[in-house]
Parts: sequence; C-alpha cells; structure tokens
Amino acid sequence: MKLSNFLMMSRRNFLFATAASSAFIAISKFAKATTSTPDTHKTNTNTVKMTVNGKPQELTLDTRTTLLDALREHMDLTGTKKGCDHGQCGACTVIVNGRRINSCLSLALQHDGDEVTTIEGLGNPDNMHPMQAAFVKHDGYQCGYCTPGQICSAVATLDEIKQGIPSHVTEDLTAEQKVTNMEIRERMSGNICRCGAYSNMAEAISEVAGG
Amino acid sequence: MKFDTPATENPIDQQKVIGKSTDRIDGPLKTTGTAPYAYEHKDIPGNVAYGYIIGSAIPRGRIGGIDTLAAKTAPGVRAVVTYQNAGELDKGDFNTAKLLAGPDIQHYHQAVAVVVADTFEQARSAAELVDVKYIKDQGNYDLSKVKDSAVSPGKTNGQPADTSRGNFDEAFASAPVTLDETYTTPDQSHSMMEPHASIAAWDGDKLSLWTSNQMVEWGRGDVAKTLKISKDNVRLMSPYIGGGFGGKLFVRADAIMAALGAKAAGRPVKIALQRPLIMNNTTHRPATIQRIRIGADESGKITAIGHESWSGDLEGGGPETAVNQTRLLYAGENRMTSMRLAELHLPEGNAMRAPGEAPGLMALEIAIDEMAEKLNMDPVEFRVVNDTQVDPENPERPFSQRQLVKCLRDGAEKFGWNKRNAEPAQMRDGDWLVGMGVAAAIRGAPVQKSAARVRLETDGSVTVETDMTDIGTGSYTIIAQTAAEMMGLPLNMIKVKLGDSSFPVSSGSGGQWGANSSTAGVYAACVKLREKIADKLGYDKGTAEFSGGQIKADDKSAPLIQAVSDKPLEAEDAMEYGDLDKKYALQTFGGHFVEVGVNAYSGEIRIRRMLAMCAAGRILNPKSARSQVIGGMTMAAGAALMEHLAVDKKRGFFVNHDLAGYEVPVHADIPHQDVIFLDEADDKSSPMKAKGVGELGICGVSAAIANAIYNATGVRIRDYPITLDKLIQDMPVAI
Repeated sequence: MKLSNFLMMSRRNFLFATAASSAFIAISKFAKATTSTPDTHKTNTNTVKMTVNGKPQELTLDTRTTLLDALREHMDLTGTKKGCDHGQCGACTVIVNGRRINSCLSLALQHDGDEVTTIEGLGNPDNMHPMQAAFVKHDGYQCGYCTPGQICSAVATLDEIKQGIPSHVTEDLTAEQKVTNMEIRERMSGNICRCGAYSNMAEAISEVAGG
Repeated sequence: MKFDTPATENPIDQQKVIGKSTDRIDGPLKTTGTAPYAYEHKDIPGNVAYGYIIGSAIPRGRIGGIDTLAAKTAPGVRAVVTYQNAGELDKGDFNTAKLLAGPDIQHYHQAVAVVVADTFEQARSAAELVDVKYIKDQGNYDLSKVKDSAVSPGKTNGQPADTSRGNFDEAFASAPVTLDETYTTPDQSHSMMEPHASIAAWDGDKLSLWTSNQMVEWGRGDVAKTLKISKDNVRLMSPYIGGGFGGKLFVRADAIMAALGAKAAGRPVKIALQRPLIMNNTTHRPATIQRIRIGADESGKITAIGHESWSGDLEGGGPETAVNQTRLLYAGENRMTSMRLAELHLPEGNAMRAPGEAPGLMALEIAIDEMAEKLNMDPVEFRVVNDTQVDPENPERPFSQRQLVKCLRDGAEKFGWNKRNAEPAQMRDGDWLVGMGVAAAIRGAPVQKSAARVRLETDGSVTVETDMTDIGTGSYTIIAQTAAEMMGLPLNMIKVKLGDSSFPVSSGSGGQWGANSSTAGVYAACVKLREKIADKLGYDKGTAEFSGGQIKADDKSAPLIQAVSDKPLEAEDAMEYGDLDKKYALQTFGGHFVEVGVNAYSGEIRIRRMLAMCAAGRILNPKSARSQVIGGMTMAAGAALMEHLAVDKKRGFFVNHDLAGYEVPVHADIPHQDVIFLDEADDKSSPMKAKGVGELGICGVSAAIANAIYNATGVRIRDYPITLDKLIQDMPVAI
C-alpha cells in the first residue's frame, strides 16, 4: 500500500486547514498594526516552468498567484473554476503529477517542473474524455460550474482506487479495492455540487469504471 | 399571442422532440470547461483590471471616515471607490438595502469600498490597507426576541398577510383531536457554486455588463436605476450562470462596484464576490417561527387548520411567505393563516428556491405526520382523506389539475411503504435504527409574459434568441426542443442564444415559471415564423404542417429552405396571459418518500433511499426535469440535516459565512434518488401544457426526512436542522 501517496483530504481536514489559515490571517493583521511596514505589499515576481496539458509553459508571476489564478488569468484556461478560493468546494480541482489537488490551495511557484492536467487537457467538445461523455449521458451536472472539478476529481478517483489507495469507507485495507457506490461517494465528497447532481454523477462515474 | 382560453390540440402535442429524454445541448461545453461564465468572458474591449470589494465590519451604524491613501498608492492600484467618490447612487427596485454603503451601514459585509488594481493579487492586498472607521449602532438580530413586535406586512406578491374562512377558533376548540405546535426553520444560504461575478466595460455613456443574473431585464432596469443612467445605455449579458437558486434574481454589489470601478479606473473591471463575503453581503432565506394548529374529527377529517408564521427582515423588506401552501393543500371548513414581519438588522432576506413553500412545508408536513399519529391513522391515508379538488379558501375555484392522491398512493406502493412500522423505533438494521417518512408537496406554477425571436437561416437551420437564462435548469435544451417541434426540424438544426438584453424580454428564471413561460414565448414566435414561411411559399397558414424539414398541405410539400433562398426569415412574438390562473389554481404536486438510518449509538443520520412522485403537467425534457427534482431533494436534505446560518446575536452577522462553516450536502450524504413523473398535460397552463419542477423538488422533502427520523427513533424534532446533538439525549437506549 502506498500510504505516502495518500492525499485524500476529508471534509474535516479541510475544516481544520481553514481554521488554521484563519488564525494565521488574524496574527498577520495584528503584526501589521504594530509594525506598519508596507513591504509586504510590494509586488514580487518570479518565474516558474510547468507542463500544462502536455504543453510547456514558462510564466513570470506575482509570487502570490495561486495555481488556480495562474491557469485562469495567465494561461487562459478558465475551465478550472474558482468557487471559494479557500479549498472548501473542490471546483478548482486539477490533476498534478497524477494526483488531484485543489489548485486554489497552492501557489503557482510551488509547481516548478510539475505536470498539470486541467479539464481542457482531458477532452474538448468534439472529442470528449469518456468521463465527460458519461457526465453528459447521465446528466451529471446542472449549472456546470462545479463540473470540471468533479470530472477531474472523478478521473483521479478511479485511478486512486486502481492504485489501491484506501478511503475512509474501505472495509478491507489488504483486499483488492473495488469501485463501489460508497467508495465513489466518499472519495468525491470534497467536490460540492449545490445543484445536487450527485446521484447522476455516481452513475456516470460507475459506468466509466465499468461498474 | 395571448393565452386566455384552455389550450386545444397544437403542434407541441405531437411530442416528437418535446417530452423525449434529451441530453443537454450545452452539455459538451459545460463538461469540457468551455462554457464562459461571467468572470471568464474574453474579447472584452480594453485591458481588464481587477476589483476587490471590502465589506462592512459592523452590522449597523455609520462610516465615521475612510482613509484610502495607503491603498491608492499601493502597487498596481488604479482606483478606490467609496460612497465619498462614487457619485450619487439610487437603490434598485428589487434591492432592500443599498449595494454600496455610506455613510449609513445597513448590514454586515455591505460593500463599503472597491479597490481596483492591475492584478487580483494587488487589489486584494491593497484592500487590506483601506482604513474604515465605524460608528456602531444597536440593532436587533434575534427573531425570537422581536417576534412580539412583528406587524402585518400587508400584501406580498399580491397575496394578503392574513386569510380566513369559517370560524377557526370555535372549530379548533371543539375538535376532538387537536395539535398545537411550534416549529422553527433557520436562515439559509443559496451557496451556489459560482460566486456573484461581473465584468463591466464603459464605452462613453454605454455600459456593457457580463454578469451572472437569473433575470436579465430586471437586472438591466436595476443597474440603470442604481447608477442613475438610462436603461437604454445598459447591456446585460448572462449566457451561463453557475447556479442561482434565487440568489441571483437581483443585481448585487459585484455588478454595481464593477461599473463604478470601471468608470473610476477608465478600464473594464472584473469582480467576483469573495466566498466569505457572499453569505452576509447578499441575500438569504429568512428564518421562521411557525405555529400550526389542526383540529380533526375522529374519522380523520380536518375541521380546523391554522398556520401562523413570523419572520424578520431589514426595513422595507418582506416576509418569508411560509403559510402559502396551507392555504391550498388540505381541505377543512374552518381555517386561518397569518404572516407577521419583524424588523431585524441582519443582511437582507429574500427569495431562495421555493420561497414560502420550502420552509412552510418543513413545518406543516411534520404537523400532519404528528396529527396522523394522534388519530392513529397512516400518514398517507390521513393526507388522502383530506384531499381537496378546489381551493379550500375559495371553493368556487377548482385546481386546473390535481393528482396529489395518485402521487401519494403510487409513491407508497413503489416505495414499499407497507413495510413501515407505524410504531417508532422498531426497525433495526445492525447498528442502525431505520425509519420511513412521507410528505406531500405543493408549489405554485405561475406564468410570466415571455418573448422570443426566431430566424430561419439560409442554411435551413433555425436560431432562437431570447433573454431567458439557463441556471442549470436546462433552458437551452427545452427551448431548442420547442423550436424543433414547432418547425418540424431535428434538434441539431436549432441554435439557441440566451441571456442577452439585446434579445427579446423573457420570463427569466425564478419561481419555477421559467420552463413553461419561456418555451411558450418560443412557441408564439414559432407560430409567427410558420405563418411567414407559409405566406412566402404560398401555403394556407391555417392548415400547413411542418415536419421533416418540410412544409406540407394536402398533396404538396416543400423544404423550408426554399423560403430563405434569398435571405433569412425572422419572426418575433411574446406569449401573454389572461386570467386562467385566477379562475383555476395552477399548482404542481408531489409525494415524497424517504428512508433513513439513525445510528443507535451516535445519533448519526444517513439517508438511505429517496423517492419523489411528481405531477407537474407535461414534462418537456424528462432527463433535465428529473435533475431539477433530485437537485431540489438534495437541497432539502441539506435543509433537514445541516443547513443553518448561525447568527451572532450580539455582533449581528452570520458567523459560518463560507462553505466550510455552512455545510451543504456532499456526495456521501446523498444516495441514489428515484423520481417518477405522472403523465400529465395541463391545458390551463399554456400551449406547452407544462408547469414547472425546479422548486417542486425541494418542497416537502425536508419534512419527509424529519418524519423518517421520528419513525426511526421516536424523537420528534421541531427545530431545523435536525442534528445528532438534538436527537441523542432522547434516543432509545442502545443495546
């Protein structure tokens, strides 16, 4: 088992991370009040190289730029969505080096040398990825805003199960992992769909898994 | 075209395209990330700058001063707009509070400034340098405390605050079996996935606004009014909307501040409300306190039914109309309903998916379950016994179509209701106590005037243009289906363009009126186009039929393309309505069935099965209609089990104002959902004979969940959401 690869963030972990980051903001504000140095507001830039959807990219970015904003505002890849910018909703999910992450939670500069796959890298309207086609067939979306994140997450979810990475609902850690309805639902729970297309998504993902 | 007599047979009845389960035509764009949402439009004229909104840190009071100097001189900053330099602004007709505060503050996180900079990072950083001095006033933030000061709000959407028939007090006092209980529902947030977002660009006096708004024409009017400019100078575009649920019915601060920021910076500006601002800056569904009294005779006939509701809002706001459904759902000679509105200084309350019925049924349908138990009746049977085929407040007014009894009976059979044990806490599956619950659903099926333009292009395809919006509802697809059916063309020959104020004014998306109203408008325009084609090709327009890409009459036919050999043919019309909705009660109905498991040791609640049996007129696209219903059921699961904007009653704001604190259902919470539509066509609703389903799906479901939890545990919770901490103290001792 590759527990070291295990980066499935549960809802509880998200909450914990958020609480921690709020505390950090409060402290930094306090610090600002006592020192009042404007240095933190200077625009620093740096260069980063990454491969996005198979294409090499070299960008000079404000160091505060998240991977999400680098994709949306600097590479014109607006398929990846900003729903909360705080790692709470999953709309910004992309696949980095084969693993799904919330692109709003990491800075672009952390991804030097990384391979990034976004929704645009999976397929296009004339040549859809099987997961994209299954979402259309099962009506696994409504407003469409969480959809790119759901699809990236679903593709990575099936890969995680294939690799034998367990989840909270995995009953037998040593047995071969199965793509069950509960496994899909548990692993997809970092991606919120407020339109409530969950039941249809579970069927789309299950079909792609061959279930 | 005016619809003032019941529909007769028309081309829609062919149902070659309409009524067929159809993949959404916008599906390939949405699933590949290529559908452009408000913040993502390209080809904006000029170099777009970024705006970042600052929300008020107090709920009520005044701005004592704003120091913007440090922000203005921060790197990349192009403008800082506050009330001091924004120029004179008005308030939109649909807004209760102003969208830019100052000097008065009306609610927490009301916008006080926007910082415009070259990049998002610079704008966000500079926003921290704006120093606002506040002078705080006292306010009221606790509904239960101000309840007794509540007054009659007068009419809301044409409906009176109070209604009565017979003598409720007397009938209730003399009824052999009675119930008198109070229920509470909390403030809730729409929490659509796409934040409110806009790009504003000025060209002289003319404003182009790419935004995320359900009601394009309302929005255009309120943007113009707020900015004190002519409506003719505003173009509003909203082709894709990442969810609304009522939260995007109205213009919000992103649009106005983008317009003000763009004017100040001399550049187009884009703004998305940051997520932690949304819950307090925008609107929410207001909390309610509801008292329900029911009296019945021993046979289970309701003799008295009374429903009172209290809610709060800012001055000038309206009530949550939580007694709506009680005026229509059950028979009973003696009845009363009453709404009272208190002044609260929380953010603005307003419409959220099925305003009125959603929280109203959360209370009423628990009360009905409790009453059935008192009468020792099955809750399905109790509802059936008290069915009515006429408006019980105005018995001369029948329902246009009402198959609630069939929804309940068929649903019960399909769900296996007969396996339910009427005695609570008797069914066990391992560690889980299992229970089943039922609730009835009712939701109005209003219609609105809606216009469209249709054009037969020289390549034989048809383009439809209307300012209608698709908020995930499937408007693109049902509008294409309507045009295809009317023109006798396959679906792939129809192009649909939506959400642009340069197109004819539609019904927009709200109140579950959009599907029926907007397609009826397309129907009207298509009737006109058919007449033009018939005229051009020398056919009798009264008898010509359109099918297979041809116009046909008697023994002759011609391809439509022949009518456009030289230039396209265009027609525009609107569907308007007479008084059929006054003569008849136009409503949609449903029976909801839910099975839950409650962990016998921890009180954890899991939904195991859900079934909705719906009667909503003709279903235009069963695939997307089903999605609307499961979406409603999911949001209702949130309302039942987790959704709750927690009020800080001292500081006057919603504390859990992001998607980590405000919990909504996730994949793990929602099992497979079944939806069945009864085969209906309502000739009183429109030539489409359709109604709406977008809000029906959320109605009643929360109560069905609450009733299932009661059946599982024997613990009755009347205070939503039903969380394990409320349950566990009274749960049966687990062994």
